[in-house]
Amino acid sequence: MSAQATKAQERAVSAELAKEFGLSAEEYQNALDILGRTPTFTELGIISVMWSEHCSYKSSKVWLKTLPTTGPQVICGPGENAGVVDIGDGDAVIFKMESHNHPSYIEPYQGAATGVGGILRDVFTMGARPIANMNALRFGSPDHPKTRHLVSGVVAGIGGYGNCVGVPTVGGETNFHPAYNGNILVNAMTVGVAKTDRIFYSAAAGIGNPVVYVGSKTGRDGIHGATMASAEFTEDSEEKRPTVQVGDPFTEKLLIEACLELMETDAIVAIQDMGAAGLTSSSVEMAGKGGLGIELTLDTLPMREQAMTPYEIMLSESQERMLIILKPGREEVAKAIFDKWELDFAVIGHLTDTGNLVIKMYGETWCDMPIAPVSNAAPEYNRPWEPTPALAEVGDEVFAGYAESLGDTLTKLFACPDLASKRWIWEQYDSLVGGDTRFMSGQADAAVVRVPGQKKAVAITTDCTPRYCLADPVEGGKQAVAEAWRNLSAVGALPLAITDNMNFGNPEKPRIMGQFVGAVQGIGEACKALDFPVVSGNVSLYNETNGEAILPTPAIGGVGIMPDAMTAVGIAFRGEGDVILVVGEGKGHLGQSLFLREILGREEGAPPPVDLAVERRNGDFVRGLIHEGLVVSSHDVADGGLIVTIAEMALAGGVGAYLTAFDGASPRVLFGEDQGRYVLAVRSGVAATVQEKAKAAGVPVAVLGETRGTALSGRGGDIVSLKRLRDANEGWLPGYMSAEL
Amino acid sequence: MKAAIVVFPGSNRERDAVAALEAASGTKPYLVWHRDTELPKVDLIVVPGGFSYGDYLRSGAMAAHSPIMREVKARADQGVRVLGVCNGFQIITEAGLLPGALMRNGALKFVCRVQHLRVENTDSPFTAKYAKGQIVRYPVAHGDGNYWTDAETVKRLDGEGQVAFRYVADDARSDPRGNPNGSVSDIAGIFNAKRTVLGLMPHPEDAVEGLHGNTDGKPMFDGLVEALS
Repeated sequence: MSAQATKAQERAVSAELAKEFGLSAEEYQNALDILGRTPTFTELGIISVMWSEHCSYKSSKVWLKTLPTTGPQVICGPGENAGVVDIGDGDAVIFKMESHNHPSYIEPYQGAATGVGGILRDVFTMGARPIANMNALRFGSPDHPKTRHLVSGVVAGIGGYGNCVGVPTVGGETNFHPAYNGNILVNAMTVGVAKTDRIFYSAAAGIGNPVVYVGSKTGRDGIHGATMASAEFTEDSEEKRPTVQVGDPFTEKLLIEACLELMETDAIVAIQDMGAAGLTSSSVEMAGKGGLGIELTLDTLPMREQAMTPYEIMLSESQERMLIILKPGREEVAKAIFDKWELDFAVIGHLTDTGNLVIKMYGETWCDMPIAPVSNAAPEYNRPWEPTPALAEVGDEVFAGYAESLGDTLTKLFACPDLASKRWIWEQYDSLVGGDTRFMSGQADAAVVRVPGQKKAVAITTDCTPRYCLADPVEGGKQAVAEAWRNLSAVGALPLAITDNMNFGNPEKPRIMGQFVGAVQGIGEACKALDFPVVSGNVSLYNETNGEAILPTPAIGGVGIMPDAMTAVGIAFRGEGDVILVVGEGKGHLGQSLFLREILGREEGAPPPVDLAVERRNGDFVRGLIHEGLVVSSHDVADGGLIVTIAEMALAGGVGAYLTAFDGASPRVLFGEDQGRYVLAVRSGVAATVQEKAKAAGVPVAVLGETRGTALSGRGGDIVSLKRLRDANEGWLPGYMSAEL
Repeated sequence: MKAAIVVFPGSNRERDAVAALEAASGTKPYLVWHRDTELPKVDLIVVPGGFSYGDYLRSGAMAAHSPIMREVKARADQGVRVLGVCNGFQIITEAGLLPGALMRNGALKFVCRVQHLRVENTDSPFTAKYAKGQIVRYPVAHGDGNYWTDAETVKRLDGEGQVAFRYVADDARSDPRGNPNGSVSDIAGIFNAKRTVLGLMPHPEDAVEGLHGNTDGKPMFDGLVEALS
C-alpha cells in the first residue's frame, strides 16, 4: 500500500492563500459566492488555474472575439485544440502556434522541448498526423550575458524533442533585441493532416461513459505552471525552476502512434491532451463543452511519486498525457493498443449528469463543485487601454552624414544578428524526416511540405516584425498578417488561414493593453481584406521583467496549399542570364527599417504602411505567374529592403546579379522596406510576356538587372562579392555561439 | 526483391525507407515489429533511422538486444543483405554485425545537412550502381554519428575494402570541414567482411526523387533490386 494523503493535512483556505494562488480579492469573493461556501484547498487550486490569464484569456477575450474566424475553407476555428482547414480531396490541415516563453527563460532546454511537445499534442489530439514543426524565437541582445546560454538551450531543446518524434522542423524565424533580455519568446507551431471525416473534438458526451487516462505517469512537475505564465518576472523568478515541466519525446512518439491507431477504431467519443493546467483543464473543458459532470477517482491514476494529493495531481503539468472519453465497452480495444505501445492506460472516472466536477481519492471527496458556473464566471476584463501615439516618417536628414560604400553597408547588414544566417540553428533540426520536405524556410519564403502520399503540398510561414509593432501596433499587426500572406504567395501557394500567437507585456498597463488592442485591430483588418481567417491562437501576456516589457510580438503562423509540391519556387537564383524584376512599387519608406537601425543606429519613424488592396493584387499576380511556370526564383521584399532581397537570392543560389536600376540610387530606394513587393527572376525569353501580363493586371513591374557572375555588380563595377557577403552572413552566429563569455 | 523493415517504437524514418524501396522494387516491404521473433523470407533487411527505444542510453544499445535483432543476426549470418541507416547503423553495430562504435558528434550537437560523400567501394549490391570515387550527396541527420574504431581496424577496413563511404567537403576533398561528426578517417559507412551488411549514417532514402533536391540515393536501391531480384 502506497503512502496516503488526507484532507486534514491541507492548508486552510483563506483570502491570503487565494492571493498566493494568483486570484484577486474580487475573484476570490466571486468563488465564495458561486460555491456558497469556502472552497476546499483542491477546489481553490482548480479555480485559480481555470481563472488564470493563461487558461481563461480574461484580458484578451473581449478583443479576440473581433477577429474574423470563418470562411468557406474553415472546418473548425478557435476554441478547439487547433484550427482545421479544408485542403480538398477529403483532406484537412490542422495547425496551431503556441508560446512557451516563461518556462523557456527559466529552463531553456526543457521549456522549449515541452513547448514543442505541447503543440504537437494539440494537433494530433484532433486526429492529424503532424507533418511539420516551425518555431518563432526572440532573444535578447547578443551582448546580454544570458543570451548565448538561452539560444543554445532553446535550440537544443527544440531539436532534442522534434528530432526524436520524427516530425521535420522546417523553419521559422529568430530575432534579437534588448527588449527580450528578460523575457525570451519561444513560439512553436505544428501542422498536421487528417481526413475531414476523421477529425476528433473535445466535447464529452454520454452519461456513464468511461474517462480514460493514457500516456506518461503524473508527477509533481509543472504545478501552477499556468499561474507562473500569468505573472511578470521579478528578480527571484529563477526560483520557479521546479514549475517547469520535463519532456520525454520518446513517450510522445509512442503517444502519437498509439492515439492515431486508436483513432482508426470507432472507440473514441472525445479526446484532449493535458496541457496547461493538466488534468484540470482537460477534464473541466471536456465535461463543460458537453454540458455534463465528471467524476474522477484518482487512486488508479498512474503516478510516479508517492502520496500525491488530488491538488498536486489536478495541477500537475507532467507531459505526454491525454484524456479520452471512450464509448462504453471499448476499454479493452483501447487498452490493447496502449499496451502494444507500452503506455500507461487507466480508467479514472466516468461522465455524470450532475454537472459537477467530483474528485475522490484515498476514500475522501476532495472536490465537488459545479463546472458551468465556475467556467462561465471566469473573469473577462475590458481593461483600459491607450492608443500608441503615431510617429512621422523619417526625413532625409537621417542619412545626411552617411557616406559608406554600398558594399560595406551590405556586408554589415548581412552580419547583423537579425539578417545573419541561422544555419547554426536549423542544422540542429531534422528538417527532412518523412521525405516530404520540398523547401525549408530560408530556401523559399515559406516552408513547403508535401502531403504524405500525395502530390499536393502545404506551405507554412511564421512572421512578425516586432519593431514595426512597437512603433505602430495597428500597422504592425497588419504587416505581420500581410507578410505571412505574401510569403505563402511567393512560393506559389494559395494562402488559407492563420494561427496567431500574441506575445505582449502586462495588460494591466494601459499602454501595453493599447499595443494588444492595436495589433488585434490590424490583424483583423488584414485577415478580412485577404480572406485569411484566424483559426487558432494563443495569448502570452505578462512578458515583463522588473517592469520592462518585450516588444509587442503578434507572431503569425500562415498556412497555404498548392496542388503540386514540385511547382513551388524558392528564393535562389538558378543560373545566369535570368531577368530580375521587382513587382510592386516602393516609395522609399525608411522608418523602422533595418538600415536605419543597423547602419544609422536609429530606431525611429513610422513603420511602412500596408495597402491591403495592393498587397492582394500583387500577390495574386505573382502566384498566377508561378502557376504558369514563368518564375524561376521568387522572394518577397522584407527586412533590409530591395537590395538585401536581391543579395539573399544571389547568396542562396551562388549566382550574382548585374543591376542596372540602382545607379546613384538613394538609401530610400535600396533599403526602404515598402510593403507588398516581390523580386522575381524569370528566363530572359519570358520577361516580355511577364511585363505584358503585369500591364494587363495593372501591376507595376520594373526590370532591375540580370543574374550574372559571382558578385553584385552594376555599371560602376562590382558592388560586393558573394564570397564577402557569405563570409559575413555565415560567420556571425557560429562565431557568437563559440565565443567565450 | 522482397525486403523487410524492422520497426522499433521510436523508429521514424521507416516511412522514408518504405517509399524508397517501393519506388525501386515495385513491391511494398514488410514491416516487422520489434517484439516479433520471426522474419518473413526476404532478400534484404533494413534497420531504419530513428530513436529505437528513445536512445536515452547509448544509441542502439538496447535495440541491439531486442527479440527481432536475434533473428536479424541469424539471417545476416546466412548471407541475407542487411542495410542499417543512421539509428540502424548504430543498432547493427551495437549488435556486433559491424566493428567499431558510434559516439556523440564531435561538436556535441545534432546535425542535419546535405552531405557530400565519396563512394569507396563499388563491389557490393549496395554500391554497384555507383562509380568508384564518385561524389554523391545524401542528407545526414543525427546526434551520434561519430564513428570510432582503433587505427589498426581502420587500416584493416581500408585494406579489405570495407569502407563504403567517406565524408568529403563540398569541393570533394577530404577536409575536416566536410566531416559532420568527427568520425575517424572520415568514415560515413562500412561493410562487413563479406560486404553483405552495410551500415551508414547518411540517408540515401531521403535522396531518391526530385522533391528531395537530388536523386543520388536512388542507385543504391536500384542496385539492390537488380542484384537481389
